[in-house]
Amino acid sequence: MDITLLLFTFVLAIFLGFELISKVPSQLHTPLMSGSNAISGISIVGALLASGLSSDTTLGLILGLVAVICATINVVGGYLVTDRMLSMFKTREGSQK
Amino acid sequence: MNILIDLSYIVASILFIFGLKMLGKPTTAVRGNQISAIGMLVAIVATLLYSGMDYRWIIVGLVIGSGIGAVAAIRVPMTSMPEFVALFNGTGGLASLLVGWSEYNKFLSTPDGTLEVVPVVAIFLAVLIGGVTFTGSMIAYAKLAERIDGKPTLFTGQQAVNALIVAALVISGVFYIMNPGAGLSQILFYITVVLSLVLGVLVTIPIGGADMPVVISLLNSYSGLAGCAAGFVISNTVLIVAGSLVGASGIILTSIMCKAMNRSLAHVLFSGFGAASSTGGGSTETGEVKPISAEDAYYVLEAASSVVFVPGYGMAVAQAQHAVRELGDLLEANGAEVKYAVHPVAGRMPGHMNVLLAEANVPYEQLVEMDDINPIISSVDVCVVIGANDVVNPGAREDESSAIYGMPIINVDLARTCFVLKRSMRAGFAGIENPLFFKENTRMLFGDAKESITTLVEQFKSS
Repeated sequence: MDITLLLFTFVLAIFLGFELISKVPSQLHTPLMSGSNAISGISIVGALLASGLSSDTTLGLILGLVAVICATINVVGGYLVTDRMLSMFKTREGSQK
Repeated sequence: MNILIDLSYIVASILFIFGLKMLGKPTTAVRGNQISAIGMLVAIVATLLYSGMDYRWIIVGLVIGSGIGAVAAIRVPMTSMPEFVALFNGTGGLASLLVGWSEYNKFLSTPDGTLEVVPVVAIFLAVLIGGVTFTGSMIAYAKLAERIDGKPTLFTGQQAVNALIVAALVISGVFYIMNPGAGLSQILFYITVVLSLVLGVLVTIPIGGADMPVVISLLNSYSGLAGCAAGFVISNTVLIVAGSLVGASGIILTSIMCKAMNRSLAHVLFSGFGAASSTGGGSTETGEVKPISAEDAYYVLEAASSVVFVPGYGMAVAQAQHAVRELGDLLEANGAEVKYAVHPVAGRMPGHMNVLLAEANVPYEQLVEMDDINPIISSVDVCVVIGANDVVNPGAREDESSAIYGMPIINVDLARTCFVLKRSMRAGFAGIENPLFFKENTRMLFGDAKESITTLVEQFKSS
């Protein structure tokens, strides 16, 4: 894809990121950090491509495999931990009603 | 097929944006996380549809990674949440580094392969940022899990060493970018990998354990940017969008936390906070420490009409949150007004205490923030400080030479009586003396916080 288009996407997304996280109550900082950490596991897309389309060198295979493992840990672990944290908030709201 | 993949990436990006937005509100946070998880699933499935993919190793990797991630996430106790976020963050950084490396390897192993200048630069950045994120997060993990000393580690010439490494990285980077295929560049590339990893360690060890929340937030931002760089390596929009969303939101979150501690980010990163100033300036403590037995504490609490609990990391360590809630309920039944005052940076992560108290089913309306409790604290009969230290250190208000001078604190020393539950007289995580322990109206209740609270609960029940 055209480099300027990629840069354009990048700049817009950065501004969007700044806008999204303003005035978040402090009790949500940890879940938010954990949740955005899970999103940063998006490098799994790169890892899948690295593993699936790797040239058939041993080093390429190893790099791709380890990348997939690491990114998957980030994604699965990140979302599950965030969900566990947030489900506690939910219980409390539920008991309030 | 490629159009379908690209459209799926757009859907995934939208889901990430909505997910992140919803994570910022208490009522929608759970759904927000689920929506962003669905976005991730869409992105993964779409990627698997690329033609010519070899699935053998992907399946192995996905199974191993999911296993490790799921087991770790389900088995981790709520108290160790912060270090696990650091750990997961580190693996994300490492993945970005490997994506960059793998792409470079692909180029080297393809005869007559060419590499445009954009991927060349992006590979360098993915390796650099990913490497720093990985080892930095591992150090943060080790400090939080107390596998290594939480105190800042400083050595002479540290800044010079860091400067040398950065210079070496810049030089390697320039040579490698100018001619990525040359033999020298290959060597320089591997040197870059190693130096990035070393740099991650060196920039994190001088930062004190108490500042780790800020560091994790910053490293989280880096891991987003590393993912973003990986996106430029393979010209992939969803990586760029998600990566920069995390990068930008991480920086905002970091600055919110710095503000809560009244410090600048530069100060957090470069000051070696708490290493040199452990004496808390020249002020020698006057007065004596007055211990109190659980029984005497019970009589005071029994007579109190307003009680404020101030939890800190010690409560997390002792797993005392359920006992604390029970004591709070008994005090309420006894006619006292009970509140829980949570400092924005109490514990090892912002909101850490809120999570624990929520786990123990403390009603939301009993939680008060620092700015709301401080104006009325002089009318509070008893403040019970449970394993908090630096966030209630009056030195931050009174002692200009204290390392934390100027940081907003909960003014527990202004309450009529203040109980401090503590295992010993050891200084807090930041390594600073706390004049609170020597105040006239402070009583120290030594021992494990959970045991002390449980004893108080039993006293109430048997009376």
